[in-house]
Parts: sequence; C-alpha cells; structure tokens
Amino acid sequence: MKKILLALALVFSTVFAFAQQTYPVNGSYDVRSGQYAFTNATIVVNANQTISNGVLLIKNQVIQSVGTGTAIPKGYVVIDLKGKYIYPSLVDAFTSYGITVEAAAQRGFGGQRQSIFTSQKKGAYNWNAAIRPEMEVKTIFSIDTKKADDLRKAGFGSVNVINRDGIARGTSAAVTLNDEFEHKVMLKDQTAANYSFSKGSSTNDYPTSLMGSIALLRQTYLDAAWYKNQKEEYNISLDEFNKQQNLPQIFEADGWQNILRADKIGKEFGKQYIIKAGGDEYQRIDAVKATGASLIVPIAYPKAYDVEDPAEARNVTLAQMKAWEMASSNPGILEKAGINFALTAFGLDNTREFWANIRTAIESGLTEKQALLSVTEVPAKLLGISDKVGSIEKGKLANFLITSDNLFKSTNIIHENWVQGKRYIVNKMDVSDLKGIYNLNVDGVGALTLKITGPAAASIERTGADSVKTMATLGRNGDWVTLSFNLKKNPKGDVRLTGYISAESPIAMKGESALSDGTEGKWTATFKEAGKEAPKKEEPKPAIAANAPLVYPFQSFGNEVLPKAENVLLKNATVWTNEKDGILQNADVLLEGGKIKAVGKNLAAGSAKVIDATGKHVTPGVIDEHSHIAGTGGINEGAQSVSSEVRIGDIINSEDVNIYRQLAGGVTTSQILHGSANPIGGQSQLIKLRWGKLPEELKFAGADPFIKFALGENVKQSNFGSGQRFPVTRMGVEQTFVDAFTRAKDYETALKVKGNNVRRDLELDALVEILNNKRFITCHSYVQSEINMLIHVADSLGFKINTFTHILEGYKVADKMKAHGIAASTFSDWWAYKFEVAEAIPYNGKIMHNVGITTAFNSDDAEMARRLNQEAGKAVLYGGVSEEDAFKFVSLNPAKMLHIDNKVGSLKVGKDADVVVWSDNPLSIYAKAEKTFVDGVLYWDIEKDAQKLKQQQAERARLVQKMLDSKNKGGRTQRPMGTTPTLYNCETASDFSNGFEAIQTEEGGHHHE
Amino acid sequence: MASKQFKQKKEDTTMNKKILTLFLALAASASAFGQANISPAKAQAKKVILLGGVVHTGNGQVINNGYVVFEKGKITGVGDATTVKFATNDGEMINVNGKHVYPGFIAPVNTLGLVEYESIKATLDFQEIGNLNPHIRSLVAYNTDSKVPATLRSNGVLMAQIRPSGGAISGSSSIVQLDAWNWEDAAVKTDDGMHVTWPAAPRFRGGFAGFRPGFSAEAMAERTQAAILELNSFFAEAKAYNEGAKPAETNTRMAAMAKLFKGEQKLYIAANTQKEIVAAVSFAKKFGITPIIIGGGEAYLITDFLKQNNVPVIVNQPHSLPSNIDDDVNMPYKNAAILYNAGVTVAVSINDFWQQRNLPFMAGTVATWGLDKEKALQTITLNTAKILGIDKTTGSLEVGKDATLFISTGDALDMKTNKIEKAFIQGRDINLDNLHKQLDKKFSDKYTIK
Repeated sequence: MKKILLALALVFSTVFAFAQQTYPVNGSYDVRSGQYAFTNATIVVNANQTISNGVLLIKNQVIQSVGTGTAIPKGYVVIDLKGKYIYPSLVDAFTSYGITVEAAAQRGFGGQRQSIFTSQKKGAYNWNAAIRPEMEVKTIFSIDTKKADDLRKAGFGSVNVINRDGIARGTSAAVTLNDEFEHKVMLKDQTAANYSFSKGSSTNDYPTSLMGSIALLRQTYLDAAWYKNQKEEYNISLDEFNKQQNLPQIFEADGWQNILRADKIGKEFGKQYIIKAGGDEYQRIDAVKATGASLIVPIAYPKAYDVEDPAEARNVTLAQMKAWEMASSNPGILEKAGINFALTAFGLDNTREFWANIRTAIESGLTEKQALLSVTEVPAKLLGISDKVGSIEKGKLANFLITSDNLFKSTNIIHENWVQGKRYIVNKMDVSDLKGIYNLNVDGVGALTLKITGPAAASIERTGADSVKTMATLGRNGDWVTLSFNLKKNPKGDVRLTGYISAESPIAMKGESALSDGTEGKWTATFKEAGKEAPKKEEPKPAIAANAPLVYPFQSFGNEVLPKAENVLLKNATVWTNEKDGILQNADVLLEGGKIKAVGKNLAAGSAKVIDATGKHVTPGVIDEHSHIAGTGGINEGAQSVSSEVRIGDIINSEDVNIYRQLAGGVTTSQILHGSANPIGGQSQLIKLRWGKLPEELKFAGADPFIKFALGENVKQSNFGSGQRFPVTRMGVEQTFVDAFTRAKDYETALKVKGNNVRRDLELDALVEILNNKRFITCHSYVQSEINMLIHVADSLGFKINTFTHILEGYKVADKMKAHGIAASTFSDWWAYKFEVAEAIPYNGKIMHNVGITTAFNSDDAEMARRLNQEAGKAVLYGGVSEEDAFKFVSLNPAKMLHIDNKVGSLKVGKDADVVVWSDNPLSIYAKAEKTFVDGVLYWDIEKDAQKLKQQQAERARLVQKMLDSKNKGGRTQRPMGTTPTLYNCETASDFSNGFEAIQTEEGGHHHE
Repeated sequence: MASKQFKQKKEDTTMNKKILTLFLALAASASAFGQANISPAKAQAKKVILLGGVVHTGNGQVINNGYVVFEKGKITGVGDATTVKFATNDGEMINVNGKHVYPGFIAPVNTLGLVEYESIKATLDFQEIGNLNPHIRSLVAYNTDSKVPATLRSNGVLMAQIRPSGGAISGSSSIVQLDAWNWEDAAVKTDDGMHVTWPAAPRFRGGFAGFRPGFSAEAMAERTQAAILELNSFFAEAKAYNEGAKPAETNTRMAAMAKLFKGEQKLYIAANTQKEIVAAVSFAKKFGITPIIIGGGEAYLITDFLKQNNVPVIVNQPHSLPSNIDDDVNMPYKNAAILYNAGVTVAVSINDFWQQRNLPFMAGTVATWGLDKEKALQTITLNTAKILGIDKTTGSLEVGKDATLFISTGDALDMKTNKIEKAFIQGRDINLDNLHKQLDKKFSDKYTIK
C-alpha cells in the first residue's frame, strides 16, 4: 500500500514539474522562479507549533524553509509581515468544486414514462447506472475560477473534489485552488473511492428505496469479488470497482443513522469507510464513535424558526428546536469523544458563513487547536496529501494564509491566500484607513466637513447660512481617491473630486475638482479628528446549548435517561394469561429481570415494587404482525417483481414517534414488513418497541427471519404505476413465483457443484433459505383464486407458506389453509377500498379461527396499530369469538405465526416481561393502556406521559424564547415547517433517490391496501 | 384515493374494453350477491311498544327501566316503565329487558352511496371536475342499491349526510335514511348544506401532508392566499348576483348559492388548524353566515373563539394520529370531549363510506377520553341532528320525533357489546341482513361451523 502511494506521489511530482512545459507559448516565454521571503511573521506551522518572528522562504511553488533568523538569499522578494500571522491554507475534504453536476433524472410523480430496468449508458458498464465507479474526477475536473475565488477567500488552499452522483461514484481527486492550469493544480488524481445511498442521475428504476440502495451496494461487492475470478464477462464498472478497493473509501451518509448503516455495510466487506456525516452526531455520539470511522463533518447549522406567531410555532417540533440549539456543539462533542474528524464547508448556503460557524463551534466547545487540525492536517491525512499540504514545512506546497491576527478571532482578517506560490489577495494589507473627519476645501465651494465612515461610506456637512448635510460617493483605488456629492445649492449640481493621498499620519488628500457648470479647480482635505464610532451593534448570539439535556431518542417524548428493567409486582388484577389458566380474577403478575417470574394469586413481592392493579386488566403485550412503522427511505422496493435481496432490517429508524404512540396502545412487538408492490418483496424485520434504543437494539434477537410476498392488484399494478412491469395479471403472478423458485433451485444446485465459482446472488440466497425452511413467508393476499394458486405453487416447488396476511378471502379457502397449516393475519373489518376486497367480510377472522387456523388481526397502519386491542374486540362483535380467544388474535396468535411464542405472547413464567396494564377489559372501547412494559422496562406510563408533556411544554417555551431573542438581535430565521413521520402502508411507493421521499400514495388516502 | 384514477388519462381502445370487462364483472358479482332479498321495509302498520330496557334518549338522559312507544312512524311515548301499564293487545309489545334502546346514529359528512369501490373509477361519484362547484348536488347520485348501507344499519347507523367532495366549493349535501328504494325515498332533507374546503397550506415535510419538492414554504403560503382570495371573490359576486335583478345571462354556479345566502342552507367548511378555522369562521361571518366547521383537528385550542361565535364543530375521525409530533399522543381522542365540555356544540364524523359502521366506536372513544357516555352518545345523535338542522324530527327519543331507533343487547358504543337485534327507521322494522352476513352464512355452512 505504502509503495503504491509512494509510486503515485512520484508520478505526480513529475506531472506538475512538466505540466506547463508541454504547452507551447504564443510569444516569448515568461518563466519566473517565484522566490519570496516573508519576514517578521508569527508562523503557525501546524496545530502544535508556532514560530514567532519567523521567516518563510518559498521558491516556485514550494516552501524552501521555515524558521527564525534565516538569512535571506539574494533574488528573493521580501515581504515584511510584522504583526501578521502565517497559517497553512485550509483543506476541505468534501467538495464538488470544478464538477458540473448532472441533473437528476425525473422519476416518480405521475410517471407515465417507460420503465427503465437496465442502464442506458453505452458500453460494457454495470447493469445499474447508479454503480459508476468508472467515473473519475480527474477526467472531468475543470477549474472554476469563481468558485475557487470564493473558497480561497474563506482560506481554503486545496480541496478534495467528489462527483456526488450515484451509489458507487468512482474516484475523487485533490486539487489546489490555484486557477491557472488543470495540469498544475492536480494534487492527487485518485484520493478515494466514493459512495452514497443516493442513485443520483441514474435513470434506472431500481433502486427506489434506501434499502434497495443498500442491497445494490452489497450485491456489487459480491459481484466485484466474483468478477475477479471469472472469464464470462467483461465489465468496466466491476473492474474499476476492484481497482479502487485499495484507496481510502469515502461514504456520504448524512444523519447518524445513515452513518451506522454505511458502517455496517463496510464492516460486512472488511472496509472502514471515512464518512461524510450530516452534523447530528452529537445525538448518538457513542454509537458514532463505535464505528471507528473518521468523519468529514459539516458546520451548516439550521436557521432559527420564526416563532413569533404561536400558531405557526406549533408547527416546529421540539426535535427541530433542539437541533437548532445543539447543532454548533457537534464539533466540540466529536472532539471530546476522541473521534478523528475533518470539518467541511460543504452544505453552507454560502462559503462566507464558514468562519462565523467555526467560531460558533468554538464558543460551543470546540478547541481552536482541534478546529485548526480539522481544517488542515486531518483532511490532508485522510486524503493522503499531507506530504504536500496541511502544514507549513519545507518541501510542501507554498499554500498558506497571511492573516491580521489569530485565525479564529472574530476580528481577524485574511489578507492573502497563497496557493502553489501564487499570491491571491483577499484583503489588502498595506492600505491606510481613511476613516475620520476631515476639513475639506474645494475651489468655488468653500469649507466643508468630510466624514469618512467606511471604505465607500462618506458624508459632507456644511454649517452656517447654507447648512446642508448629504451623503457622498467615495471611491478608492490604492492611493487614488474619488469623491462626489450634491449640495443642492451653492453650487447646484454635482461636485466631483479626484485626487490622491498626499500624506500619511495624519492623512491628507488633494487633487482636482469639477463643478457641474464646468468650473475646474483644486481641493484639499486635512485630517481633523477621528470619527465617533457608532456603538457597535451586538452580534446575534449563536445558539449555544448551555447544558441542554440530550434525550433518547432525539425526539418528542424522548428520555434523558433510558428507563431500565424494573422488578414489579402487579397486584390484584384481572390477568389474561393466554395460557391454560385463562383469565384469572384478582391475580398477580411478578416481573423480574426483564422476565415474567410468576403469575398467580397472592404472590410475594420480595424486593419488587408493588403496583396496585385492582380493577385493572393485565395482558401480554400486543403483537402487530403487519406493520410499517420505524422504517425510513421507503418500505417498497418495487422496481422489479422480485426484490428478495432487500432487507427492512437495513432501514430501521429508531426515532419514529410512532413507536412511542404505539406503546401507548399496548404494542410491544411489531413485524416491520416490506410493502406489497411486487410478488416477492423484501426481508422482514421483527422489532420490539424499545423507545430510545438504537436501531440494532430494537431488533428481536434470535427470531426466525421472514420475508414478504404479495399477490393481487398491487403486484399487478392495477391501480397505479405504468403497467409495464411484469406481471399485470394473476396468471403472470404465478409464473413470477415459478420462475424465481426454479432459478433458486438451479442456483442452489450450482452452488453445491461449483462452489465459489458461482456468482453469489442475494436475491436467490433468500429464496434458497425459504426452500430450506430457514426463512418464512408472510404473503399479502386477497382473493381466493390467488391464495389457492400460491398454495399450489408452494406445493409443486417444495416450499412452505407460513402466513397469509390481509387474506381477506381466507374464509373462502379456510379448509385448504388449515390443511396446509398456514396461519392467517387479517384486518378486522376493512373492505370496499378496491375491487379485490369486494367480498371482504368482518366475519373472516371468526370463520378462519373456527376452522382451526391460527388467526391474527394486524394493522398495516400506524394509527390502527395503537388500537389493535379494539380490533380484537371486533372478533367478538362479528361472529362472537370468545373474549379470551379474541385477545389472542393480537397477542399469542401473531406470536405463534412469528415463531416467537416461546418468548412472548402469553403471561407464562420465563417469557419476556412484555406486559400491559389496561384500565378496563382490553377488548373494550373504554380501555386505556396505562402501562406498557417491554422486557420489564416501563416504556409507556400514562401518568409519566402527562408529566413529560408538561416538561416538553416548558422546554419548548424556553427554546421559543431563545429563538425570539435570536431574531430580535438580527439572526436569520426560517418559516416554521415541521416534520412529520412518513406513514407507510403496503402500497406506499416512494422515490428515495433524491434525498426526499416523493410519496405517490394519494393524500388523505386510506392507509391500507 | 379517488383522484388517483382521474390522473390516469389513458384513452385508447383497450381502455374501453377494460371498462366493458369491468362492467361485466361488476354485473356478475352484483347478481351473485346483490342482496336482492333485502327489501326496504313497509310502513309501520301497528303501534310498537318497547318495554323494559335501558333507554338512551340521545339528549343526555338515560332511563334504566324505560319504554318507547311509536305509531305511524312517530314516537308517541317515552318514559319510565315502572310508572305505566300497557294493555297487552295494544299494538306489538317487544320486551327489551336488559337490552338497550338508542336513537338511530347519524353519520355526517361522508360519501356513502356515492362510491362502491374506492379504486374503481366507474364507481366513483363524489368528486366533480372544477374548483367552484356549488351547483353540484350529491343526492341524485346516492345509490340506494349500494351494498354498503346495509352493513352500517346492522351497527346502528340509520341516517347519513351525503356530500360531494373536492375543490374549494364541492356542492350540496343531502341527508338520507338508510332504508329506501331510491334517492327520493331516502331523502330526509334535500340540499341541506353547502360544502367548502378551506384552502390550507401544508405544514409539514414528509408524510401525506402534501409537501412537494420545488415549492418553498413561502410559495405554498402564496398559493393558499390566492385560493382564499378566489373563494372570497366568488362568495362576494354570488351574493351580489343573488341580491340583484335576474341578470340577462344566468350563471348556474352563482344561482346555486341562493339558498345559502337566504339562510335555507347551512355552510360547512372543512378546516383543521386553528388559524384556518378562525379564518374560515371570519370569512363566513363576513357574509352573514355562521358556518359549521368540519374536521376541526385543532379546534380544542380555540374553544373560546368557537363558543363566542356559536360555531358548531363536527370533529372528524377521533381515531387518527396527532397532527404534530409533539402533541399529546392521545389528543385526537380527546378533542371532541374538550370541545363539548367547553360548551361548543360538537358532533363526530368518520372518513369515507364503508367505515361509517365504526361511527359508534368513535363516540365510544370520546367517552373514554373525557366525556360522560350519554353526552358522548349525543355527538352521534342529537348534536348531529341539531347541527344538520333535523333535530325537530330526529336525533333523540322524544315524543313527536321519527321512530328511527334500534335495540342492542349491550352498550352500542363499544364493539365488544354492540349487537343490534332490531332497528326501525321512521317506524319501519328494517331488515338487518347484509352482504357480509350472507357470505358468513354461506361459508359457515360450507365448513359446518357456527
């Protein structure tokens, strides 16, 4: 590895030595040695070393020496920097400088366009255009003088250039911000291989979701590994992908959850990504630190919300307000956590905000030393260019700043930014300050008073009979000064003066005057006194979170301290055991160590806290077999008919407020399913509603893996979509399954015979697991013909169907389902929302139950999920199922069909302490969930919730006041626009690819299908 | 849901074929389970006495051992059964001991009978093209042969307000009873209200809240303002149109506003946030109208305002998620109770059409979260009748009103105990069978189970 870098470095030094030489010159050559000596400066060599009264020598574009008392050789231009500072120019590890961004393809939104299954790019490239490692910045980079100027003014001298397009984006390159020749500025032509979750300009339909992006990247790693040892295919993309694996790997993953997701993929394939983060790492700093990743962190903070109108202020969420307050603390928190990070100007509305935001970060806890490291040495090292930039050392490029003061002081001025030995003036050093009050005398006008208040701000005043006061236009170019004003009378018209600075300290000016009547003359101005400084306006204070508490999750109803498992004795309740004992009156339940310790009458409390549950009902937690909460980036990967490679487990979102809302309805376990956009959907994820834990910690440990299948109108795209994706009939649906499983069987055989020479196919791997009873099917289904069909397909291809979900015509084929041991998870009473539910009846659950099928009611809806107990009550209403059995529809029965009834689903000694205390019979509309325990942890408590709401009100009020203060002091604000969790149902089709989710489901549409 | 179909403008010959196939399919299923055997009931022939049950009058009262007498479709007596004696041969005596008697539930603001299957365009008759459609009337499209109303009756919902939707002015609603041969029979009150949707700016990113990329919050606010202005001018011009002499050129849209300005029709405005509600009320007041707010998600925040202006609210869908992440997770459950307890006249509605059978449980939820049960009952009976302007003839069990009522073996607001044994609409003993019960029987018989 080192050798390669060394070799590359050698190649490069040659490149820039000869870069210009290969170009012919029109006329005589003008080659200069660029020898400069900077004397008497305070030289900040790097974050750890400062030289006072130092001398810096540069020649051509390289630093010759740094030190004190250096003898200045002849032939050097000497620049005296007495009182000034020299800093290394800054390095930004994440920019798209010099890249023309390709417009993202139009997708989604009433898309009546042709489906695009495979890449339209000409040539032997990857099938999916989002995998484009062949894209190399070095081949498309061109100097952008305007942007270079902006960046240099902020102090940057070199940047990493990333083509932010696609999931595998190819290589980035480091360049300096010298604006002469592409050939000259290239510091390193391959700094890193780059990745993201966004498919960018790819026109392919796939992937439509975040989990699809993740699956595609995972498959690409496998394809690339396979590609190395095969002879069947030539593929430029995979070839390039392999070649780039020895470079640093940069992953753009905004938001801490995406950091964890990216890191997880990296670890699967032995990669440690450098992660371009989003700036919210403070919310879960420990988890971020545990990735071990170096980060590139933005300092773009949210603007305050305009909260003057309380009705509008309601639309700002507590999380948004807290994020506003906390954002600037992020770099300091990263530093304290010991995370290696660079700072980037990326994401700022304007590069000019960079310094203000850095200083805010410093006020919020970042040390100056770390700040300097994070904008110089750290990024240089991450990019492998620290041999050239990042500090002021002999042999490195002459990339440095001349400043008036300590770089981080708010009064500091960046005077000059030298890049590759070329001088760029930002703010002139040697300019005398003209501010002050002058006696002005103009021929033909008389005595006036001139007041200069800024570089271009001046006013004229005349006292006495013709008293007048007017603004004047002041111009200055070096020592040359122009001034014009209009006194209205004596004389009428404009008075125009041009002249020069004739003396310094005190300043005097003189020159020629011209009046509007053509009279010409002379003028002089002599310094009288310093102007009275206007009281300085107080700068709007940045939002600094003085000990503002963090909450987990970083959301409304989060906890400052995560609740722990309690030992609790629930005393004297009506206890629904879901076991042989049935419903016990005046009984107790003892929870200990997260498990159910005992159920029965008159239990001894021991050390447990006793809760009087007289008049209450105690049940096992509600289990939702069909849920789409707590996911992000889309729950349908619907571009292809078979998407068994995608995993809901990749996109679990622990911050979804619906977790808390459902705890408030007694839900403790949910199966998060892929949607129903295609016959073979994605892999499911079973979670427990552990509010405040990390995404991985929500996962139900040791549970059998499941997968979602679907039948009917959704997979046929009957009611939406272009109708161009196979299949569009139930006949085609059958063949989709037949084809997929036939391929899976052939694949399995091939794996056995040829072993590692077979291309690993994550899509088929999942199907092979099904064939081997290692993965289980939940199939969305409606009408009897299709239900019957899948049973036959399963029989003929040798796989089992575990559960039919929705299964609204299950009552018509209940005997067949029973014979095959298939479970049913349905809606209590939904119908008529489309044609395939024309004969959906609320007696469905009862009939299937009475035939002997394990039957459940599920939600598929974030709202209904919090009332599943009432839905169970409808099994009593429609068909008179016994109350005990009805409650099992939402507890023990789903546990059985999810193969977790050995852990949850009933109040049995040794099972998980997932327990709900209800105010009333849980099947009744009058029942409230008062307490919900998961693993013995009290995550929902109706009384604590009331307190929490009060605290939240107070916290909101505090933050509103702070935002008002910020606005009054001139801080910028934005219009309140809250966030709301995206609500998914089976049919939600979304296009994640551009960073937002374009929800295609109708507004106000019902949430089932 | 519905507008999805409208977006598909694929007009080719295969489409016509599809429609034909669909039509045939519908026709086939209709003949298979057309409920042809469920006929509207004949007029009440003899006096009926319900004796001995718990009588929930709908006006907040409950009589534990009560009676209800009705004759020729009208209630002739309600009271305490311990204080009266009925002759055994005086009409039909029904012993309702231990059972509950309720006034028929009224489902306001919905599209019942205007849609059969949400995803099939051919069955959608609730949303016209255009933004200002006061001339549109729902009643004429109300399908008495829909399979849906029968599934509502068996849960106690006996009347409904059918209204068009979509656009800023959707048109006129009518109130129907759910046991009729045709829409003329069904009508209880024709063209009772004009329905307006207050233009609302989206407040959130994500979700179904209507955020569209490319529009800033400011741009959205501007569009909203423009829409409000359009509504204002239309109302102003329509008012002038109807006050002046008949113009040479008739404008049917404006003419359709006449009843509203004459006070013969009520004004319903759908608005959810506090600002929208206040704006909508002020708008209506400007035209001399006290509107009825429907939706009212944030109405609980402005109870004083609503009370001072005598504005009733029909709270939609208590079973919904809080509108803001920071809100009390149970806020939508509590909204109606807060309004009621603050003195606002409040009724409860529920989305769409087939879901109307869950209306009783919405009232149950209101009772769970802060309101006395009999008062919660009012939110789907007498309060609804008052708001709709039909309380002279219906909404409660009081002498002189229509005998539109039912008998349940248990508490009808709770799904665990709602079990309707008998129901009467204007005294007619209606058939409580429905498609779902028939299919239940068909397949239970097949499997020989209960």
